[in-house]
Amino acid sequence: MSLDTFLQHLTNGISLGSLYALIAIGYTMVYGILRLINFAHGDIFMMATYFAFYGVTTFMLPWYFSFLIAIILTGALGILIERTAYRPLRGAPKISIMISAIGASFLLENVAIVMFGGRPKPFPTPEIFDKMVQIGNISVQRLTFVIPVVTFVLLYLLLYLINHTKSGMAMRAVSKDYETAGLMGIDVNKTISFTFGIGSMLASVGALLWALKFPSLLPLMGVMPGLKCFIAAVIGGIGNVKGAVIGGFILGIGEIMLVAFFQDLSGYRDAFAFVMLIVILLLKPTGIMGEKISEKV
Amino acid sequence: MKKKISIMLATLMISTMGLSGCGKKAPETGTTGGDVIKIGVFEPMTGANAAGGALEIEGIKLANKLYPEVLGKKVELVLVDNKSDKVEAANAASRLVEKEKVTAIIGSWGSSLSMAAGDIVKKAQIPTMGTSCTNPLVTLGNEYYFRVCFIDPFQGTVMANYAFNTLKAKKVAIVQEVSNDYAIGLAKYFTDSFKKLTGDPNCIVAVTNYNTGDQDFTAQLTNLKAKNPDVIFAPGNFTESALVIRQARQLGIKTPFIGGDTWETPEFITTGKEAVEGATFSTFFATEKPITKESEVFLTAYRKEYNGKEPAAVAALGYDAYIILLDAIKRVGSADSVKLRDELAKTKDFQGAAGVINFDENRNAVKSAVIKQVKDGKFTFKEVIEPVK
Repeated sequence: MSLDTFLQHLTNGISLGSLYALIAIGYTMVYGILRLINFAHGDIFMMATYFAFYGVTTFMLPWYFSFLIAIILTGALGILIERTAYRPLRGAPKISIMISAIGASFLLENVAIVMFGGRPKPFPTPEIFDKMVQIGNISVQRLTFVIPVVTFVLLYLLLYLINHTKSGMAMRAVSKDYETAGLMGIDVNKTISFTFGIGSMLASVGALLWALKFPSLLPLMGVMPGLKCFIAAVIGGIGNVKGAVIGGFILGIGEIMLVAFFQDLSGYRDAFAFVMLIVILLLKPTGIMGEKISEKV
Repeated sequence: MKKKISIMLATLMISTMGLSGCGKKAPETGTTGGDVIKIGVFEPMTGANAAGGALEIEGIKLANKLYPEVLGKKVELVLVDNKSDKVEAANAASRLVEKEKVTAIIGSWGSSLSMAAGDIVKKAQIPTMGTSCTNPLVTLGNEYYFRVCFIDPFQGTVMANYAFNTLKAKKVAIVQEVSNDYAIGLAKYFTDSFKKLTGDPNCIVAVTNYNTGDQDFTAQLTNLKAKNPDVIFAPGNFTESALVIRQARQLGIKTPFIGGDTWETPEFITTGKEAVEGATFSTFFATEKPITKESEVFLTAYRKEYNGKEPAAVAALGYDAYIILLDAIKRVGSADSVKLRDELAKTKDFQGAAGVINFDENRNAVKSAVIKQVKDGKFTFKEVIEPVK
């Protein structure tokens, strides 16, 4: 394989990995706070793209405005789902809330099928992202650079939020022990809603970048990325934000490299993610950056 | 309070179940008696292939509007959605034959879906008219499955000839939708034909796969770019193919793309935008070349019904499937499914909108193909290819 081809593959891998990372962060944050795997996350991702699509086509808003509205609406949707599907079950056994998440996922998918129709919709791609850039022999879309930059900026902002602000401290406290955090004067409900809001907004940024890269919208488009990003979060250590980003890159680059080096296995690229899940659970179940959570009496 | 709510919810759930059962208790007329003849329409209305199914349903509904009656009875279309999924296809077909008790079935877009229904219609002895499913396995060994379109062994040679003669290609790369029986079949027939034309066993420089629903093809395409093919043959569903071509252009691949009949949907152009300019494919029918008098009838009626929109080839096929069934029912004189099957097999020189239909010994229509190209964001006609007699 020539150096050019390898570099092209690497750029594609980094681009895909950043997308997975952004969405995996959402999964990991919610798990960290609530010990809940939010299966509806992939579908929130899907709804974000449709919000932006209708903003541009039906309401004729300029794209940056439409994207902003989509991000805010998605954050609101995440908070709404938390209030209606998860908060009432906070005292219930963990399995009930997980089933509720699956139910929310199916609800979103089927509402989308009915409301938006089953046929693929073309996502509007503004000129500024579409332009091709030539670097030596590699030809990349401008978007390919925008994606990792946005991911790292948001990651930096998120880590700053979690580690150096009061709300972040509240989030960390609630994730350690939410009953005690409540006793210490932290508004647990508000903190949890805030976490969901942030997680959903990150997913929506990821969704918009995804839709810019792969401009075909379908109601079930969130299923496969949702599963893969969940796996990315598990690989990195579920509950750990930096781990989610690492997991996302491992999955994205790994998937591309599998197809790059083993052309005949290109039909199995989705299987790669699931094989990685089994491998990591066998070798290091807490994930790459996960710490063992010991039960302290 | 909580107990009251749970009792209310339980009663609501049970009553909805009961009421939904009351919905479709219309008198079952079935295939004998009653003054309605039911024809099942088995198409993907949701899922990856929804656009193709929608186009065929347009043609079928148009035909039903123009010819709503046969033998003095009203023809009722029973639509079921096979959801572009093989498992759902089997369920949908079962529902048509067991619950709705249709006389005949039209469908489907997508050879995998038609094949999933094959055993069910054979056992139930309901003659089924395939519309645009081109894989030969759909009708092979199943005397109840017919089709109004040509089959892939022919379609493969059409594009292979185009690549070799018109595009003067010596090396071709194939990008196929490996989870789609149609794509694999067509790729195989193309390969066989192209190898024979060039006499070079290594003329296919690369074969790369993707799955239905995939959105990222950059890795596969980057590999292909290194192999430097003259032409890329990409049989597969329209959404995925449009994304493949778009990503190829973004990677700087300037090679021409050719494909099969599944590309002819509006979504192919709306998803691919400027990237799919010049994409060439084989299909069944071109409005610029109406073949029979029925073609003119179809075109005029379609343009009137859908406000000047030009029909896709598969809409004409849906239309033909309907009228050929009606013609056979008229000849039989009743709605007997078994007799209908035998009468259909005897069809000779039927004047369909998409061409003259004659069934060969495997109940496939022997027809000519049309090559179309995307020019200025529209599908334009290029040439007609006659079948080898």
